[in-house]
Amino acid sequence: MLAYIIRRVFQSVLVLLVVGLVAFAMFRFVGDPVDNMLGQERTQADIERLREQLGLDQPFIVQYWRFLEQAAQGNFGLSYRQGRPVAEILIERLPATLELAFVSGLLALFGGIALGIFTAIRRRGVSANVIMTVSLIGVSLPTFLIGILLIYVFSVELGWLPSFGRGEVTRIGGWTTGFLTESGLKALILPAITLGLYQMTLIMRLVRTEMLEVLRMDYIRFARARGIREKSINFRHALKNTLVPVITITGLQLGSIIAFAIITETVFQWPGVGLLFINAIQFVDIPVMAAYLMMISVMFVGINLIVDMLYFAIDPRLRVDRTAGGH
Amino acid sequence: MTDTPVLSVRNLVVEIPTRHGVLRPVDNVSYDIRAGEILGVVGESGAGKSMTGNAVVGLLDRPARITSGEILLSGQPIHTLKGEALRRLRGKKMGMIFQDPLTSLNPLLTVGDQLTETILEHLGVSQQQARERAVAALEEVGIPAARSRIDSYPHEFSGGMRQRVVIALALCAEPDLIIADEPTTALDVSVQAQIVALLKRLCRERGVAVMLVTHDMGVIAEAADRVAVMYAGRLAELGPVREVLTEARHPYTSGLMASTPLASQGHERLRQIPGAMPRLGNLPDGCAFHPRCEFAQDRCRQNPGPTLDTCDGRAACWFPLGADRKQEVGA
Ligand SMILES: Nc1ncnc2c1ncn2[C@@H]1O[C@H](COP(=O)(O)OP(=O)(O)OP(=O)(O)O)[C@@H](O)[C@H]1O
Ligand SMILES: [Mg+2]
Repeated sequence: MLAYIIRRVFQSVLVLLVVGLVAFAMFRFVGDPVDNMLGQERTQADIERLREQLGLDQPFIVQYWRFLEQAAQGNFGLSYRQGRPVAEILIERLPATLELAFVSGLLALFGGIALGIFTAIRRRGVSANVIMTVSLIGVSLPTFLIGILLIYVFSVELGWLPSFGRGEVTRIGGWTTGFLTESGLKALILPAITLGLYQMTLIMRLVRTEMLEVLRMDYIRFARARGIREKSINFRHALKNTLVPVITITGLQLGSIIAFAIITETVFQWPGVGLLFINAIQFVDIPVMAAYLMMISVMFVGINLIVDMLYFAIDPRLRVDRTAGGH
Repeated sequence: MTDTPVLSVRNLVVEIPTRHGVLRPVDNVSYDIRAGEILGVVGESGAGKSMTGNAVVGLLDRPARITSGEILLSGQPIHTLKGEALRRLRGKKMGMIFQDPLTSLNPLLTVGDQLTETILEHLGVSQQQARERAVAALEEVGIPAARSRIDSYPHEFSGGMRQRVVIALALCAEPDLIIADEPTTALDVSVQAQIVALLKRLCRERGVAVMLVTHDMGVIAEAADRVAVMYAGRLAELGPVREVLTEARHPYTSGLMASTPLASQGHERLRQIPGAMPRLGNLPDGCAFHPRCEFAQDRCRQNPGPTLDTCDGRAACWFPLGADRKQEVGA
């Protein structure tokens, strides 16, 4: 098991190095920072001096290493646009995105698992089939369209919920939260649904498929033959086995929620890192873009790693040897 | 009343509606099993052995269903029961053991969890008592150090030990009837005999009625008191094990015996029954076995085919083998 973890950590580091290379390449090949930083009135000597200052005269490998060193310390330089340290800007924006991702993640997870179980157990029922059909539509509609539809119905027509922004936020230390005010909570609802809906349908379909598969297993049949109640068969015997494979996918989905937040944040003008990234692209604000990229990949890799550890926690077979596992 | 058989199956018919007509995987099957008795059920793959067992415990998979006949458990009809009423009987009055111990146990629940849940479901005992009973059940099936192994997961046991756990599970709520569907097929040869011996012992000690489905004539010879031979959903022969094994009356039984190596038969060359069992959708008229039967005559090709009732009660054959084999019966 230890060997496995070490191998996974090693893989994660490798992935991060590659992403780091991409982020670094953006600095080198997308526009010349020296051009951006010096005004029109520049001499060749100015340029040379700045290049030396920024270390741009060093070989590629040295520059890359330095970039990684700085990145590891959370130092991505100054935003071209705002002139402030990128890390500071990101940290400021992060709570908005994390709160949104957290709420939609919970929605996707619990909604998806509940609906998945329901549609599996009642697979011949009318309501289960209606849910399945609606979910198909849900998967095929693009996120921004769902967002706009929700805004149209609940903000424009009914006027129940705000169509943009985070509402009133409370500052607790370095963190800003929308959880403590009514307007903050209200503002969360539509973006959270928009962001979580797609993942929820995916999780639902996954849980349903797995559950149906598990319900056909011999041990379920044997449990039935022993007169175990349906409730226990569904929620004790079947659900636990269903969740093993579901966890991986779900974990990855939660990771992608943060990445997908870009679209939702744009539609709802949600002041998170996604919106920051979109704005950064418009202004070719390379340090912000690079930092965002690194941050997202660290999250992805981190979540992946945690998911793998969870696997061990839930499946006793894996604690002994991995090869006997699977499902 | 000790005279009432634990299980009494009367003219059982199971049908599967398909696009090409209705199939009958179990066709007019009748047999009894008494307390402490083991009925062996043999027959080629697809003969309807599992279907019969599943029908008894009410676990037929859709679209198969019982369309006529009766199933009596200690004299009480159970084929009419549904849902909750049937569930209460399963485990408590009748248990089932499946072929593969690797897949019969829930991998994510400890053996103790699975045992205590079953015990708590059927016997009005406390959590503590259920656990004690679980330990006792494991000890009874010969799991060494049962008390310390009760919290182990199924994968921590070997195949043979797992099948013992399965048997403990099937028996823990003290049912009167056990249906064991090929309980040894998936096991190592060396372990098979132990499991058979265990089933036999439990059957004798507890007076449980056992329906033992198997392909293995050796298992039948070793454990069964009586044998039912099935062919294409019908009973071909039914009788005491010694008689059926040593002087089969149905040509199919005799062919089946000749094609399986039995220690008692010495070194005779094994023979194969020519041809294959007909598919359910394509059964011949008359006796389903006649196209493969070397003794087939005109009458065998005509409806109605022979049944145990219309023949000598032992073999469903118009021209049974045996002492006076030229004698036609039921005519
Ligand atoms: N859903 C179905 N549709 C059509 N035929 C079916 C269906 N389910 C089972 N059968 C048929 O029912 C017959 C009886 O099957 P059963 O499982 O009882 O055989 P068996 O004697 O237990 O064989 P084995 O020794 O392989 O376990 C088989 O011929 C099978 O093809
Ligand atoms: Mg079978």
